[in-house]
Amino acid sequence: MVTKHRRKSSDKGKNVPAPHFLVHSPKDNVGVIVVENLSAGTEMLGVITETDKTIKLEAKESIPIGHKVALKPLKKGDTVIKYGVDIGKMIADVGTGKHVHVQNLKTKRW
Amino acid sequence: MPAKPQQKRMKAKSNLSFHGWRRENGRVGVRNHVIVLPLDDLSNAACEAVANNIKGALALPHAYGRLQFGADLDLHFRTLIGTGANPNVAAVVVIGIEDGWTKRVVDGIAASGKPVVGFGIEGHGDIATIAKASHKAKEFLQWASELEREECDIAELWVSTKCGESDTTTGLASCPTVGNMYDKLIPKGIHGCFGETSEITGAEHIARNRAANAKVGDKWMKTFEAYQAEVIEAHKVDDLSESQPTKGNIAGGLTTIEEKALGNLEKIGRKCRYIDVLEPAETPDAGPGLYYMDTSSAAAECVTLMAAGGYVVHTFPTGQGNIIGNPIVPVIKISGNPKTVRTMAEHIDLDVSGILRRELTLDTAGDALIEMVVRTANGRLTAAEALGHREFVMTKLYRSA
Repeated sequence: MVTKHRRKSSDKGKNVPAPHFLVHSPKDNVGVIVVENLSAGTEMLGVITETDKTIKLEAKESIPIGHKVALKPLKKGDTVIKYGVDIGKMIADVGTGKHVHVQNLKTKRW
Repeated sequence: MPAKPQQKRMKAKSNLSFHGWRRENGRVGVRNHVIVLPLDDLSNAACEAVANNIKGALALPHAYGRLQFGADLDLHFRTLIGTGANPNVAAVVVIGIEDGWTKRVVDGIAASGKPVVGFGIEGHGDIATIAKASHKAKEFLQWASELEREECDIAELWVSTKCGESDTTTGLASCPTVGNMYDKLIPKGIHGCFGETSEITGAEHIARNRAANAKVGDKWMKTFEAYQAEVIEAHKVDDLSESQPTKGNIAGGLTTIEEKALGNLEKIGRKCRYIDVLEPAETPDAGPGLYYMDTSSAAAECVTLMAAGGYVVHTFPTGQGNIIGNPIVPVIKISGNPKTVRTMAEHIDLDVSGILRRELTLDTAGDALIEMVVRTANGRLTAAEALGHREFVMTKLYRSA
């Protein structure tokens, strides 16, 4: 569910709710958690930095700051997109709102 | 405490200037060091003794310099000569085990026009050498202490970059802050530099396309392919999953080398194009603009090589908290990781974690970094300088003879 939220230059830095996660590009299928101590069940606010659009998503597990969350169900073999480009492939299935990291994502290079 | 940019901060001044020391060759430095430079590992003790005798002289001990040959020896000399010739250095005392190679370093530094003298230990011993070198270091230090800064246009500043202990916040906040700084300062005529050949892996197509023209892009691709063949393919045992990304990177949420490379490239902004590809420690000669230098991604090696290339300020984005510094170049730490900024505050010069909370735009963060670069050039000590981080690490290409 994506809602358009564009800040006016006059309200930059004020009254903008702090997001729980950020997404680089609208093409991405993962986001990055930017808050500490995120717990499972949190109704998260996300922002796509390229477009300033907001996304709502429920965290299905606790995910550390800086780690990735799946924005949609990802199947083994799927390509993971971040910055709008290929960063590797899934080596296990993962559901929306779950943690994406070394346990289920690997480079295609090595 | 790290500086915290405010969203309402004034825009960076359009006519930026700083106060630096103009050297004999016209280049401008932002520090005024007198260094005691060992040719080789054997001469470290004498250099450190001289620095102990003469308060304010700075010894630069390192591990190599004997029985090297070929491209590895060329790089050793280029790094030592480039370090001595760096405009942050006012004068140099070189000490080596013998006179021949010592003279080669002295002559290389002398081409910059600055005061330099060399001493060989063989035939004299450490104690006599330390005495002679100490007299000279004292003379240089007192001479340098009376040199004055002058106002210089920002275009005379050479600013390099390399990130370390990256995590996903570097790709979101601190690296694009450096990119925003370059997008604003490269058009004003500064020299910029990025590198870290291994950490472009996975984004090489993007890096190639950021060259100013196809010829430079092809030169970059040749450098990248040579690195893949000579370093990775020749020495890997399984894959680099344990080294690239590093354990620190993985703890910070980075999963693959591609993801790390894309964050790394955020440091060159949206508009900049690199105009040439440099050998390690090579001095750029194609005029103002952004350069690529073929370096390792290990922080101390990379910053040492860029300093030897003539860069005088280094901008260093970090996620998990890399604490590196350099003896002659101020290294400015920028972090967007709120946990690192809180738990390792003494190491961070600029806090851009507001970008993650959407309190701070990239444009404002970039202006805040420009202000920090100018303050640093004017003499503000960086966190790494205040904490005594002086990592000087020579890059070694292969085993000695």
